[in-house]
Amino acid sequence: MSNLNLNPNIFNSDVEKVPTRDGMGHGLVEAAKMDERIVGLCADLTESTRMHWFAEEFPERFFQVGITEQHMASMGSGMAAMGKIPFIAGYATFSPGRNWEQIRTTICYNDQPVKIIGSHAGVSTGPDGGTHQALEDIAIMRVLPNVVVISPCDHIEAKKATLALAKTSEPTYIRLGRSNTPVITTEETPFKIGEAQTFFESKGDTIDVGIVATGPLVFEALKAAKELDEEGVKVRVINLSTIKPLDEKAILNIAEDSGAIVTVEEHQIAGGMGSAVSEFLSKNKPTLMEFVGVNDQYGQSGDPEELVLHYKMDCESIKKAVARVLSKK
Amino acid sequence: MGNITDKEVLKIREKANDIRQSIIEMLLEAGSGHTAGPLGMSDIFAYLYFYELNHDPQKPDWEERDRLVLSNGHINPVLYATMAHSGYFPVDELMTLRKLGSRLQGHPHREFLPGIETSSGPLGSGISQALGMVLADRINSGKTSNKFFYCLTGDGELQEGQNWEAIMVAAKYKPHNLIVIVDRNNIQIDGYTEDVLPLNALNDKFAAFNWHVQEIDGHNIEAIDNAIHQAKAIFDMPSVIIANTIPGKGVSDFERLPVWHGKPPNEEEAKKALKDLRTLRGKIESEHE
Repeated sequence: MSNLNLNPNIFNSDVEKVPTRDGMGHGLVEAAKMDERIVGLCADLTESTRMHWFAEEFPERFFQVGITEQHMASMGSGMAAMGKIPFIAGYATFSPGRNWEQIRTTICYNDQPVKIIGSHAGVSTGPDGGTHQALEDIAIMRVLPNVVVISPCDHIEAKKATLALAKTSEPTYIRLGRSNTPVITTEETPFKIGEAQTFFESKGDTIDVGIVATGPLVFEALKAAKELDEEGVKVRVINLSTIKPLDEKAILNIAEDSGAIVTVEEHQIAGGMGSAVSEFLSKNKPTLMEFVGVNDQYGQSGDPEELVLHYKMDCESIKKAVARVLSKK
Repeated sequence: MGNITDKEVLKIREKANDIRQSIIEMLLEAGSGHTAGPLGMSDIFAYLYFYELNHDPQKPDWEERDRLVLSNGHINPVLYATMAHSGYFPVDELMTLRKLGSRLQGHPHREFLPGIETSSGPLGSGISQALGMVLADRINSGKTSNKFFYCLTGDGELQEGQNWEAIMVAAKYKPHNLIVIVDRNNIQIDGYTEDVLPLNALNDKFAAFNWHVQEIDGHNIEAIDNAIHQAKAIFDMPSVIIANTIPGKGVSDFERLPVWHGKPPNEEEAKKALKDLRTLRGKIESEHE
C-alpha cells in the first residue's frame, strides 16, 4: 500500500460508509466561515444536496430559488459578477444536465467562479431509476473550457475538495453521490486539485497493469487490486479525483510503468474520465486500455450496489477487464 | 414624473442619431449582424448612457456603477456604438465588429471588452444574471442600495422559459432596484412575434407574476424618463418597462420589416440609410429650436 494514510480499516467488512455529498455539505459550512463571499443557491433540493447545513448557518447568504436550474446557474453567474463565490446545488441530471447551456455561457464562457454541485451522480440514487441517475455529467462538463471537474472518492476527500475549490477563481464542477460509500481516505491523506494519487501499489519494481479510478468506485478498484495482487498480478491504482485538468504526469507514469490501463468510473464509458485518459494517451503514449463504466445504456431502479453489479462496475468486473487488457499484451 | 429638460432631450436624440449612423456603418463593414433591433433601441441606449446611468467610461470597473445587462446580445451593435460614443473606446474601433481578434465579438464577451457586464447571445439568461447581481449587492449594501440594475431584453426572447423562472424568483425577493426594459418591437427571426409564438398579453403576464408594469413609446425620451423615474420610486417590486419600439427606427426602408432582424445593409442600402438619418437629424434639431 502507498503511504498516504489511507483508512486502515478499508478492506474490513465493517468499513465505515458515508455519502460523498455529506463531505461537501460540511466542507461548505467550513469554507463559508472563512470566506464571507461564499453564497449558496439551491433548486428545492437543499437537504438532499446537503446544502441545508449551510442554509441553517448562513440564512442571509442562502437563496432558495425553487425548481429553476436554468435560472439558478445564471443567477449564480450574476452573483459572481458582483464578487461572490456562489455554490449552486442540484441533482447532476438537472444541474449540469438541464442547465448545461446556462453553465456554458453564463458561467464558463464568462469565466466566473461559480461552484456547481451535482449530487446523486452515477447510479447512487438507485431506486429512483434511470431518469435521476446522471451518467453523462463528466462528459458534458469536461468539454467546457475554463472549468475544473472534480469527482471525490469518499466524503473526506469531498470535504477537502470543497474547501480547496472554494478558494479558486475557476468555475468548478464537483460530482457527488447519494448513497453510503466506503471511507477510503483519512483526515491525514493529502489532497490537491489536479493531483492524482497512488492508492495501491504492488511490491516490486514493475507493475503489470494500472487502474485509473474516480469517485466511490475507487473502492471497488482497490478491492480488485488487492485480490489481483494476491493472485500474483502486479497492480497500481491511482485515484483520479480531478478529471480536468488531467494529471498528465501521473497518467503518463502509470502508462509507461504498466503498458496496460483499466479505467473505472460510475459514468457512461463514452466521453467520461476513461475517454479523457484515452485522449491523452493516444497522443502521448498509446497504451492498451479497457474501460469499466456504463456501456451506452440508461440506468434503472435497484439498490446502488445491485446496479454497480448489474452494469458491471464492481470488483469482479474490474478484475475481468484487467484480464482482458493483459491478454492483449 | 421625470424632470428632464428640453436641452437634455435634444442631446439624447442627437446622440441616438449618432449611434444609429454608427450602427449602419459598422454593420456595412462587418458584412453580417442584426440591423432592426439596434436601430429600434438607439433612443433607450442613448437615454441610459448619456443621461441616466451612474457610470464612468474611464473606469469601467468602478464598483459603485449601475449595471446594465444586455440579455438579447444580438443587438450589440447598439451597445458597442453607444459605448464608443460615450468614451469607453475609440469610435474607429467600431469598424472591427465581428472580425478576427476584435474586442467587438459578434455577440458580447465580457472577457474581451471592459464595460460589458456579461457575455450574452443565447437568449433568456439576462434577467437571472441581473437578479443575481441585485441580490449579491443586497448582501453588501442592504435592501436600500442605491445602485440600479438594468436588464434589456428582446420581446421574442421572452419565449425562452428561463425568463419566467427568473421573473418568478425576482418577485420572491422584491428588488426595488431591478429594472427590466423589454424591446417590444414585435419581430423575431422567423417573422412577427404574434405569428411565431404570441406573447400578448405581455403586460398581464408580468403583472400576474407580481411585477410593476409600465408600457411606453420607446422612442419618446420624456416617456422613457418618466417610466424610469416611476420604476425607481417603486420599492417592493421588480419593475418592467415594456417599450414599444419600431424595428429599424430612423431608416424608412427598414422600419417594421422582420427581414431586417438579422441581416446587415449592403452598400446601396447603407448609403440611403445614412441619408435618411442625416435628414432625421435636421428634423430633430428643428424640433428643439
